[in-house]
Amino acid sequence: MIPEIGHFALILALAVALVQGSLPILGAARGKQAWMATAAPTAVLQLVLVLTAFLALMHAYATSDFTVANVVLNSNSAMPMLYKISATWGNHEGSMLMWVLILAAFGAAVALFGANLPAPLRARVLSVQAWIAIGFLAFSLFTSNPFERVFPPPLDGNDLNPLLQDPGLAFHPPMLYMGYVGFSIAFSFAIAALIEGRVDAAWARWVRPWTLAAWCFLTAGIALGSWWAYYELGWGGWWFWDPVENVSFMPWLMGTALLHSAIVVEKRDALKSWTVLLAILTFSLSLIGTFIVRSGLLTSVHAFATDPERGLFILALLFVTIGGSLILYAVRAPALKPGGLFAPVSREGGLIINNLLLTVACATVFLGTMYPLIAETFGYKATVGAPFYTATFVPIMTPLIVLMPLGPFLSWKRADLAGVVGRLKFALLASVAAAALTLYLQRGPVIPVLAMGLAAWLFAGAVIEWTGRVKLFRTSPAESLRRALGLPRSAHGMTLAHAGMAVAIAGMVASSTWKVEEILIMRPGDTTTVAGYDYRLEKVERLQGPNYLSDTATITVTRDGKPVATQRPEKRSYFVQNMPTTEAAIHTTFLADLYTAIGDPDGKGGQTVRIFYEPLVPWIWIGCLMMMLGGAVSLSDRRLRVGAPKRKSGAVPAAARA
Amino acid sequence: MTRKRRRMIFVLTGMVLLSAAVGLVLVAFEESVTFFYSPSELAAETPPLGRAFRLGGLVEEKSVKKLEDGLTVEFRITDLAESVAVRYRGILPDLFREGQGVITEGKLGADGVFAAQEVLAKHDETYMPREVADALKEAGQWRGGEAKE
Repeated sequence: MIPEIGHFALILALAVALVQGSLPILGAARGKQAWMATAAPTAVLQLVLVLTAFLALMHAYATSDFTVANVVLNSNSAMPMLYKISATWGNHEGSMLMWVLILAAFGAAVALFGANLPAPLRARVLSVQAWIAIGFLAFSLFTSNPFERVFPPPLDGNDLNPLLQDPGLAFHPPMLYMGYVGFSIAFSFAIAALIEGRVDAAWARWVRPWTLAAWCFLTAGIALGSWWAYYELGWGGWWFWDPVENVSFMPWLMGTALLHSAIVVEKRDALKSWTVLLAILTFSLSLIGTFIVRSGLLTSVHAFATDPERGLFILALLFVTIGGSLILYAVRAPALKPGGLFAPVSREGGLIINNLLLTVACATVFLGTMYPLIAETFGYKATVGAPFYTATFVPIMTPLIVLMPLGPFLSWKRADLAGVVGRLKFALLASVAAAALTLYLQRGPVIPVLAMGLAAWLFAGAVIEWTGRVKLFRTSPAESLRRALGLPRSAHGMTLAHAGMAVAIAGMVASSTWKVEEILIMRPGDTTTVAGYDYRLEKVERLQGPNYLSDTATITVTRDGKPVATQRPEKRSYFVQNMPTTEAAIHTTFLADLYTAIGDPDGKGGQTVRIFYEPLVPWIWIGCLMMMLGGAVSLSDRRLRVGAPKRKSGAVPAAARA
Repeated sequence: MTRKRRRMIFVLTGMVLLSAAVGLVLVAFEESVTFFYSPSELAAETPPLGRAFRLGGLVEEKSVKKLEDGLTVEFRITDLAESVAVRYRGILPDLFREGQGVITEGKLGADGVFAAQEVLAKHDETYMPREVADALKEAGQWRGGEAKE
């Protein structure tokens, strides 16, 4: 009964989306208030309906209702409750439903919190939002219905892929999707603006918080995914330049550019058509991110739930959305009036450089990711791996990091570059010191030395900008505190995010340069030394989990005879799918991770053991967390909440006369 | 500074950046493109020695054996028409097993054994890498339930 209610709610949601996608936008075109007024209630109703469907599916999972095919394929009665719940979105059909749910939630949020939006803009935004929903509700209903029944019902289910039975991965898809789908708001605003032929500072103030929120979620999603790969796969790596990772990284790069260009629109009324284009591209890349790997076009080792059968529908959907919005852009963008003037060396100029570099960097990732498809068109099969990205992405990002600390010091319209560099002399000093320290510690290749210097430059630059604003040490502490409290939240947010980037870069550089890896056979009682730590295999025992058997090793780690940690890496074998997984044991000192994983026994009383020494890896997660917090702090800025100004009532709508 | 001149400066900067990126990409492609071979293709043509490439297919039944040191594994990758011996030192991915689709990356040794640096198996056991499925089809050995085109 409950699954049928869910199915029915989903069909109703499609019907509501059809209304929401047509009435308000027609009303906006003809100036009919009553038609426009349908936008908000339909958006809220749509959320209620999709939520009903989602909860119905979740109920089927939570109660292990094996009359529903989707539950049979992806769940099992022996699974812990957390994974029964997370299995709801741990499969293709359920994850599609969650995608639509988040879309509806964002739409309803615009309807509820956008009371101060001009009615025509709100009507258009919500209609565009509904068009996206129509596409994906249809996709869900016609090709991926999660509510299909089986008869006779089997006694038990096939279990969730054991790799997904992990707390990190339980929350990775929701975060990632909230990021992807969050960009749909920026997209809808961009399309609405193109239809209206008007982009102004007020528009940017509405777009920026939504973009910022989506960006925070996407950052969290990517970091969670990377963290999961790091501890769950037992390979000791955190990024593999695999298509699945790249497709989530591309919208992040574009979203970061969008975040910065929207500032220029808001403050200086410039870069309007560029910002609109970025909004379209960011969401397009999000769509590609959700679907290209799923469509089976690209091979990825990390992909779950691929289904080439549905590929055609997905490609058609992508084609219509991306192609359609770009055509609309080409036709309407020239009508957007250019705004304020500025010199090349200025805050605006700096943000343009930021945008250019991020976009070009994103383009190289795109080329690398799509290369297998390009190669296939020319009749051969090939891929590009990490060396490609090291040779292209890294050199393009380097100037961005060099220039990043300068940006916040530049004044709008026209800036004095020499003066700015002068104010950063302490950052330069910190950078040289960090490089010298690195050189002293490693005495090796020169590139990591430079890279660590760069990270220190960025970090010190961000901190100096902040201390300069609060006049730390140049006035009384009480005065500094008063100034710090008086700063807009977005200023704190920027400092935190830029500093977080520096911390993450230091972690990435250190872990990819000075990682130590050892693979060997150990018998109980054996000792080995990796990077100054002594590892002793005490025992390997067989333990029973709720739905798996585990070989758990006990390894004691000591340094100079003093105990450091006891590690218990596992090799699990899940009953239902008869599939092994690796559970690495990680002990972190915040300067490094001591990472152990076990493989198969060698059949002669020994055990394959893999030991990694991973310097500064925790800094990557700390850096990502700082970036996310920075975004959140920025988001809490009063200016973005209540300050959103009304459009000047006297201003004549600059309707496109193209 | 006129609007036009300002725009020119940014367009030029963009062009310079873009051409630099194109240059980087071309050089990187030259050096880091990894070609994919199936066992049949490998039998027909020899890839350049000393260059890494990908070899994919099914892990041949009853071909996996561990060497004396307990860490090195030897197995054969087959497309059911031809097969190639592969050697790998390290821990195999969790989903590596006989009869399963696999992609390896490494170099062909002088002894004709493929020395794999990396072994990739899917996280999802029902899934077959596309390259592997295509290789099987080309060798006329595809027995997949549904044709996917």
